[in-house]
Amino acid sequence: MKLRTLTLGLLSASALAFAAHAESITIATVNNGDMVRMQKLTDDFTKKNPDIQLQWVTLEENVLRERVTTDIATKGGQYDVMTIGTYEVPIWAKQSWLLPLDKLGDDYDVKDIIPAIAGGLSVDGKLYAAPFYGESSFVMYRKDLMEKAGLTMPEAPTWDFIKQAADKMTDRANGVNGVCLRGKAGWGENMAFLTAMSNSFGARWFDEKWKPQFDQPEWKNTLQFYVDLMKADGPEGASSNGFNENLALFQQGKCGMWIDATVAASFVSDPKSSKVADKVGYALAPDNGLGKRGNWLWAWSLAIPAGTQKADAAEKFVAWATSKGYAELVASKEGWANAPPGTRSSLYANPEYQKAAPFAKMTLDSINAADPTHPTVKPVPYVGVQFVAIPEFQGLGTTVGQLFSAALAGQTSVDDALKQAQDAATAAMTEGGYIQ
Amino acid sequence: MARAVTTRHKTIATAAAWIVALLIFFPILYTIITSFKSEQEAIQGFNLLPSGTMESYTEVEAQNGYFKFFLNSVLLSVGSTILALLIAVPAAWSMAFSPSKRTKDILMWMLSTKMMPAVAVLFPIYLIFRDTGLLDSRVGLMVMLMLINLPIVVWMLYTYFREIPGEILEAARMDGASLWNEIIYVLTPMAVPGIASTMLLNIILAWNEAFWTIRLTTTEAAPLTAFISSFSSPQGLFWAKLSAASTLAIAPILIMGWFSQKQLVRGLTFGAVK
Repeated sequence: MKLRTLTLGLLSASALAFAAHAESITIATVNNGDMVRMQKLTDDFTKKNPDIQLQWVTLEENVLRERVTTDIATKGGQYDVMTIGTYEVPIWAKQSWLLPLDKLGDDYDVKDIIPAIAGGLSVDGKLYAAPFYGESSFVMYRKDLMEKAGLTMPEAPTWDFIKQAADKMTDRANGVNGVCLRGKAGWGENMAFLTAMSNSFGARWFDEKWKPQFDQPEWKNTLQFYVDLMKADGPEGASSNGFNENLALFQQGKCGMWIDATVAASFVSDPKSSKVADKVGYALAPDNGLGKRGNWLWAWSLAIPAGTQKADAAEKFVAWATSKGYAELVASKEGWANAPPGTRSSLYANPEYQKAAPFAKMTLDSINAADPTHPTVKPVPYVGVQFVAIPEFQGLGTTVGQLFSAALAGQTSVDDALKQAQDAATAAMTEGGYIQ
Repeated sequence: MARAVTTRHKTIATAAAWIVALLIFFPILYTIITSFKSEQEAIQGFNLLPSGTMESYTEVEAQNGYFKFFLNSVLLSVGSTILALLIAVPAAWSMAFSPSKRTKDILMWMLSTKMMPAVAVLFPIYLIFRDTGLLDSRVGLMVMLMLINLPIVVWMLYTYFREIPGEILEAARMDGASLWNEIIYVLTPMAVPGIASTMLLNIILAWNEAFWTIRLTTTEAAPLTAFISSFSSPQGLFWAKLSAASTLAIAPILIMGWFSQKQLVRGLTFGAVK
């Protein structure tokens, strides 16, 4: 009896000692489908790393951005891993707010990360965030409506073709809009689309001396084309539509074409939620023959703030969540179509993934077609395809987004919107010390 | 004739009151309706007839357990209210029964702190919380919520105490009551309705506070406001889930408000008509 009590006591004590030893890391993330899936699959990580416990904080995107910025700027140490985008990584890495990821493990295979994505997350050749899922943008279109219009979507369409197809596909009596595009104001909403689009029109935010370029003909051509296209063939109230609103419209069969994030392909081709799942085709984002396409580049990535006290455990988690093994884990539980896209070349070479995801090749081609260091036709002093990687861009991008959204809604003219955008950008750049 | 006019006026007034009440309540009602829709239905446009699915509630609970957040909301709102009353009752007593020349100024100054946008002090507060180890702690957040609601609590109590005749307190003093006995055995029982309605209102304010409760917490102390915030998605449909989370978050306080509406109305209109 005594021996049994003693054994039990020893076992309890060692269990307590083990529990006390277990390290808990806090991960801040957004509520996107792939992140929710990751939370469900963390048993695999904790089994492999019993000494690390995971705590999740899921927040709305803008709140998350504000929270992690506050925490990282004050070195609050509330988070050990944070989900951030391609916009933040170069800015924060330069501020020494992020730890370089150089201990991801021998079997991690950093070279397998798609070069365009890795480039956007690296500073001076060092990786500061590991991509969890990556995306570009492309054209999703209704094959049946295209056929009905007597047209064939080329693999690499021009904007003129998009306009022509949209005009023919629009059937307002039956609730079909030729094209659905983002109109909701925001640097990550309409300005992501319009900045990427403007690249294909040869426009740029700033010249080499940081002088705003909204007074140049390229921006006028971009915005006028966009507003005219949307007025003729876009849905009603388009100035309020962001990713989710257009997703719902497309899934309900109310859009002939939708140019948006490649990650949307898995939603529109899912028969559980999309009425048109078997009728969707994909094409590269349009161009104007100037050598640049209107597609963007983005990656939701996991980074480790410099203020963390648990860097080793955090890096172990980052390595697990962004590894090849994680994609295989998702595939084994939920099928290859649900593997996080846009991060690893090996995924696109996998025949099973190619079979499960008909949009795989087009997604990879779109990602490869984006170049964050040379986003547009003319030279620029900034990095970023659909954004300008400077701290001032969040505020300025949203201000310009509001002006362009107002032009789409007909509250102001294209010329007025561009003039006000030029004034706002000049003021912001002068205040920021970019223009002397 | 006079009676007819009165009846007609009453009917019109009642109808108007109902319309205003429905208008005010409509966003909450629509949130509840949306929570019983599928994600596709939720984004399709205005529709008052949901399909009645419970899938959003199931998903919300599976994704982010409700109870821990609920418990934090209860602890924070009740705890901060008790703290606030402990400070505000003596403060309001002194201002109501021993006013000085500057009492009105002090009251105005206290109220003026409510006019400052919270974000203006986000960084200083965040740094104080960081340095004192109070980030993501219930105690820290209780103190924060107490501080932001304290001006309103003091003002409300001051208004109630002013209604109590000073002579009664003087009589207690004549009978030899000490200061604490006077506050606890004479003033407090007379002011119970006022204190109760102040308490209820403060619980509601603390329950609904979403700026500091989201920004000063991560996992341990996060209340229902953080729970709601976690269901908005930049890439994926979320309105039905968000509505289900919101309904779960507001349900307890809505039920509490319903049962205590008499006290609340009395508290909010106290001293409004003289």
